Amino acid sequence: MNMLLGVAVMLGKMALVLGVVLTAAAYLVLLERKLLGRMQLRYGPNRVGFFGLLQPLADTVKMLLKEDTVPEGADRFVYLAAPALAAAPVLLSFAVVPFGEPLVLFGRSIPLVVTDLNVGLLFVLAMSSLGVYGVALAGWASDNKYSLLGGIRAAAQMVSYEIPLALSLVPVVMLARSLNLSEIVAAQDKCWFLFMQPVSFALFLLSAMAESRRIPFDLPEAENELMAGFHTEYSGMRFGLFFLGEYMNMILLGLLVSIFFLGGWRGPLLPPLVWLGLKTFLVPVFLIWTRASLPRLRYDQLMALGWKVLIPVALANALVTGAVLVLWP
Amino acid sequence: MSEKSGFWREIARGAAGLAGSYRETLRHVFEAPITEQYPEYKRVLPERSRGRIILTRSPDGQERCVACYLCSGACPVNCISMQSAEGPGGRRYAAWFRINFARCIYCGLCEEACPTLAIQLTPEFAFSGPDLAAFVFEKEDLLVDHGGKDSEYDFYKHAGVAVEGGKGSHLDEDEPIDVRTLLP
Repeated sequence: MNMLLGVAVMLGKMALVLGVVLTAAAYLVLLERKLLGRMQLRYGPNRVGFFGLLQPLADTVKMLLKEDTVPEGADRFVYLAAPALAAAPVLLSFAVVPFGEPLVLFGRSIPLVVTDLNVGLLFVLAMSSLGVYGVALAGWASDNKYSLLGGIRAAAQMVSYEIPLALSLVPVVMLARSLNLSEIVAAQDKCWFLFMQPVSFALFLLSAMAESRRIPFDLPEAENELMAGFHTEYSGMRFGLFFLGEYMNMILLGLLVSIFFLGGWRGPLLPPLVWLGLKTFLVPVFLIWTRASLPRLRYDQLMALGWKVLIPVALANALVTGAVLVLWP
Repeated sequence: MSEKSGFWREIARGAAGLAGSYRETLRHVFEAPITEQYPEYKRVLPERSRGRIILTRSPDGQERCVACYLCSGACPVNCISMQSAEGPGGRRYAAWFRINFARCIYCGLCEEACPTLAIQLTPEFAFSGPDLAAFVFEKEDLLVDHGGKDSEYDFYKHAGVAVEGGKGSHLDEDEPIDVRTLLP
């Protein structure tokens, strides 16, 4: 009986997280198109439904009804599996992200996280590394030069930026003394890590932007040179999965930034979920703003930034934090 | 030390550049978009913009077209066809006149070729549809009851009909010169 209840609660939480994340991703697309439009002195979608609010629905229907094409020379199995490989790790990452204090219902304490993994941070990093496979395999399996170039670029870029991403979180782990995301939030009880680790914050944001392949780091899908890069050949919902993956990644990024640096759901007056939502919202908006403002980096600039700037700075930052922690425990 | 200050200056310059582009895009959010929302707002197009083709009439209400085939000859995509005929006073007209708008490229060469200002392009452009056959416009679809761009112009006042009263009797025409009086 107890076990059945536990399973039911777990399924409920999974359904809730999945539903919220997918809806949020769909509407993030709309937000991006609207905001980007206004930043470029145009309206963005405003035809489907009031204020264009049904646009995500219309897009979903369109993508589901489109023909699912496979190029003749493609490696069929890999080609068909790659979109799922790109989207699944992002979805899996949401499993360890806590979104509130444990809830007490009918005398039972229900943690507001799908699985409260004690190595949650490592899990998130591992999942973001796995994301490379979807993109690189999609590029390779398409049997298209542009796709292959995009896939190679994605692999190189994501492998390079994986290192500063992980290194930038080392000081956070040092301060929180835990890899568990709930405990990292709890450690920011007095002071957000943003104020203690501004360098770490900047490094994390930059490398996460590169990991999520958005402007100015969108070389894998650079429209001007590679058409659409790794997803050139994809159509219908398989393209939709890449798209969804990118936007879920933005939301995940927002959640991670708020958990690692902005004190998670903590905040005065408003309920915790609202605070988490607000903080999470900031990062996607910043990413959209960046997309409107900055041009794409050149490939050598991208690599130079990653290897010659971010990694040394991250190492130095970890070193200084460690020294400070040792000298003033 | 000078090299180091150069390095920091570069960083400051880069940061200022980044901030500038972020500021500019943020400023745009609070500005009204310049988009014209088409079906609700239709911009008044210039008189000479090239859209649907019409056949106009002279001030006295008669057809201007004299079925000279110049427009059909000038048309680069051969979308104009007609059959000429002659009316009672020697005035030519088109027995039938047909434009295939599915083929027309709206280049305006027919209008330039026309000696009587009969064929004219109008700013109307939105008449697309799914049925190709519906784009073949006959004479009665093309004829309008006005003079188009130059409503005062009347070709037949000056030319194109047989002269009734002999030489020198036409409107604005000089008396013919007796060439013999010029002999020495």
